[in-house]
Amino acid sequence: MDWGVIFSNAFQAAIGPEAIVYCLAAIGLNIHFGYTGLLNFGQAGFMAVAGYGLAASVVTFGLPFWLGLLVGIGATVVLALLLGVPTLRLRADYLAIVTIAAAEIVRQVLGSQTLRPWFGGKDGRQGFSDPLRAINPLSGRVELGFMSFSPFEFWVMLIGWTLVALCVLVVWLLMRSPWGRVLKAIREDEDAVRSLGKNVYGYKMQALVLGGLIGGVAGFIMSLARSSIVPDNFQADITFFAWTVLLLGGAARVFGPVVGAVLFWLLISVLGNFFSQATAGENPLMPTWLMDQNQASMVRFIVLGLALMLLMIFRPQGIFGDKRELAINAR
Amino acid sequence: MQVRVGTVLALVLGVLGVTLLTPAAALGAPPQSVPVTSTVLASPEDEGPLIQGRLIDETGGKSEPVEGVEITVLDDSGTEIGTATSDAEGAFAIPVPGSGTYTVRVDEETLPEGTRLRNPDDVENTVTISGFDKTVLFPIGPDNRQVTGLSTEIVELTVGGILFGLILALSALGLSMIYGTTGLTNFAHGELVTFGALVALILNVSVGLPVILAGVFAVIVAALFGWLQDTFLWRRLRHRGTGLVAMMIVAIGMAIFLRALWQYIIGGNREAYTDYVTQQPIIIGPISMPPRDMLLAATAFVVLMVVILALQRTKMGKAMRAVADNPPLAASSGINVDRVISMVWIGGTALAALGGFLYTIKYQMDYNMGLRLLLLIFAAVILGGIGTIWGALIGSLVVALFTELSTLFIPAELKYTGALFVMIVILLFRPQGIMGRAQRVG
Repeated sequence: MDWGVIFSNAFQAAIGPEAIVYCLAAIGLNIHFGYTGLLNFGQAGFMAVAGYGLAASVVTFGLPFWLGLLVGIGATVVLALLLGVPTLRLRADYLAIVTIAAAEIVRQVLGSQTLRPWFGGKDGRQGFSDPLRAINPLSGRVELGFMSFSPFEFWVMLIGWTLVALCVLVVWLLMRSPWGRVLKAIREDEDAVRSLGKNVYGYKMQALVLGGLIGGVAGFIMSLARSSIVPDNFQADITFFAWTVLLLGGAARVFGPVVGAVLFWLLISVLGNFFSQATAGENPLMPTWLMDQNQASMVRFIVLGLALMLLMIFRPQGIFGDKRELAINAR
Repeated sequence: MQVRVGTVLALVLGVLGVTLLTPAAALGAPPQSVPVTSTVLASPEDEGPLIQGRLIDETGGKSEPVEGVEITVLDDSGTEIGTATSDAEGAFAIPVPGSGTYTVRVDEETLPEGTRLRNPDDVENTVTISGFDKTVLFPIGPDNRQVTGLSTEIVELTVGGILFGLILALSALGLSMIYGTTGLTNFAHGELVTFGALVALILNVSVGLPVILAGVFAVIVAALFGWLQDTFLWRRLRHRGTGLVAMMIVAIGMAIFLRALWQYIIGGNREAYTDYVTQQPIIIGPISMPPRDMLLAATAFVVLMVVILALQRTKMGKAMRAVADNPPLAASSGINVDRVISMVWIGGTALAALGGFLYTIKYQMDYNMGLRLLLLIFAAVILGGIGTIWGALIGSLVVALFTELSTLFIPAELKYTGALFVMIVILLFRPQGIMGRAQRVG
C-alpha cells in the first residue's frame, strides 16, 4: 500500500480538470436549486449541448473556435428555454422528471446513428481542442510539489479555475442584488412573491438559463480537457454527482460548490486508488473472493451513494450550509 | 461468483438477445424471417483477442453457411491487420494485436451469386476491442422488414408493445402506489426492478433453482426488502418530518448505491436465465409468438388485475386510497397509516421485482436495466396520471405501444427518446395525465 501515491493522486484530482467540471456544474445547480429552489436533474443535458455545440461547429462545420463557443452557449440557452416553457409552471418533482428525461433525450439524439454525420454517433468528436492547444503558453510539465501536470492539462486548469472564480464572483454579486433576493424569495414562498406583483415565471426562467449556461461552461471544460466528446460522458450519473458536490459543500452558499468539488474528488480518488491497490498484485490485501480489480472500481460509487443518503438524512445543509437558508424541508 | 463466469452458452444467449431486440424480431418473428445470420463460435484459448463471426444465409428459411467470403480487419490508422476467408461452416476468426478500435470489412465481390448483405452499410463495421474476443454480425439476405407487409408489421409491433406494456405496468404500478401514498418520487425504483431480476438470476444460475421457482422466491425476497426499506429508512424520515425534496435526494443516493452494488455483484455483462431463452413461436392467425411470451403476458395481466381489484375492493385497498387522499384524516378515522404505507412498500417492491423478473425472461438483464426502464416508468406513470389506480396500466400500454409503433416512422434507436418526448408534451397540455383528475399542479 503506497499511501504517498494515493494522497498525491488525490490532491491532483482535487484541483484537476474533472474537479473544475463538477464545480462549475454544481455552481449552475446552486443557482437552480440553492437559490431558486428548482429541481434540475438534467444538468448533463446542458453540458452536452454546449460541448457538442462547440465540437460539431469546429469539427463538422469547420467554424472558428470562438464561434463554436458561441454556438455552444446559444444551444444551452435554447435548451433552457425549451425546458422552462413547459415545466416551470409545474410542481417541483415534475420539473425533476422532465429535466432528467430531457437530458436523456439529448444524449440519445446526439449519440444516434442517424445523426452520425454531424455528431459522430457513439464515437463522438475529436480534434476541436487544437486551437486551444495552439495558444498554450506553457511548454514543459508543470511540477507543483508532489503533483505533476501535463502542459495542456495545466493550461485547461488555469482557464478552468479562472472561470470558476468568475462564476463565483457573478453568483455572489447577483445574489446580494435585488434580483437575487427575489430568487431566494421564490424559493421560500413563490405565492407570496407572486402576490407582490413579481413575475415568478420570468425569474425562474432567468435562473434556469443562467444556471444552464454555467453548466454549459462545465461541458466546454470537460470536452476540452479530454480533447474529445462522446455521448456516454453525459449520462444521468454526471448530474447526480454534481448534485452530490453541491449538497456536500452546502447549497445556497457561494463557495459551497467549490468546497464540495474538491472534497468530492479527494474522496473519489482516495477510494479509487486505495481499493485498486488493495486488489492489485500477486497477493492482494483484499481476498479475491471478496473483491477483484473490476469490483474495486465500483466501491467508490457504492460509498458515494451511501454518502449522499447519509448527508441528506443527517446534514442536509452540507458542510458550510445554513439550515435556515435552505428550505429543503419546507417542500 | 459463479454468475459471472462467461460460458460459451451465455455468449450465444447474448447474441440471441441482440437478435430479439432488433426491431424486426422484437416479438420472436417466425423462423423464416429471422434476419440475423451470424452466430458465435467457441472462443479458442490463444493469445490476443479475436474478431470472429459466422456467415449464414437464411434467405427463404434455409440455413446455409456462406463459404469463401473474404473478411479484412484494419486498425484505426487504416493498416491491414489480417484477412480471413469464411470456411465451409461459414465461420471466420481474425486475431488482432490487442485492445483498440478496428474496422471489419466484407469483400462484397466474394459473396456468392444471389446473396447480399442485408444492410449495405455493413460492408465496413467499426468494432471496439477491450481485451476479449468480439463477435461481428453480418446479416445476409434480403431485409425481411421490407418483405413483411405493413399490416403484418403493425400487428407484430402491437403485440410486442402490449407484452412490453404489461411488463412495464407491473413496475409502474409499484411506483405509482408508493408515490400516491407517500408523495415520494422514488428515483431508486429502477434499482428495485433490477433487484428482482438479480435475485432470480442468482437463485437460478448459481443456486440452480428452476426459473419460475427462482422468480417466485425473488418476489418474496423483494417484498421483504421493501418492508426493510420502509421500516428502517423511509418511515423514520417521515416521522422526523423530512421534506419530500430531501427524501427524493435520499432516493437518488440510494439509486447510485444500489446500482453500484448490483454491478459489484454481477459485473457489467448481460445475463440471462438458464431456461425459456428461445422457443418456437406458435402461429395464431396473423400473430406468431412463442408460448413463453403468452405466459409472460398472462402472468403480468393476472397479477395486475388482482392488484388493481384489490386496491379497489378490499379493505386494505380502501385504506391505501384513504391514506393517499389525506393521511391525517385517514389516521383520525382509525387507519394505521404506518401499517398501510408499509404494505404499499411491500407490494410496490414486489411488483417492481416481478416486472424485472418477467422483463429478464424476455429481454435479459444487466446492472443498468433499472435506470433505463426508470424513465419509461416515469413516462408511463405521468402519462396515465400519477397516483391513479388504472393510470399505471393505461400509461404503460400507451408508452409501450408508442415506442414499438413509432419504429415505423423513426429509427429504432430513438424509440425510447420518442416516448420521453411525448411525456414532456403531455405535461404541457394535460399534466394530470390521462386518468388523473384536473387540478392545479404548481
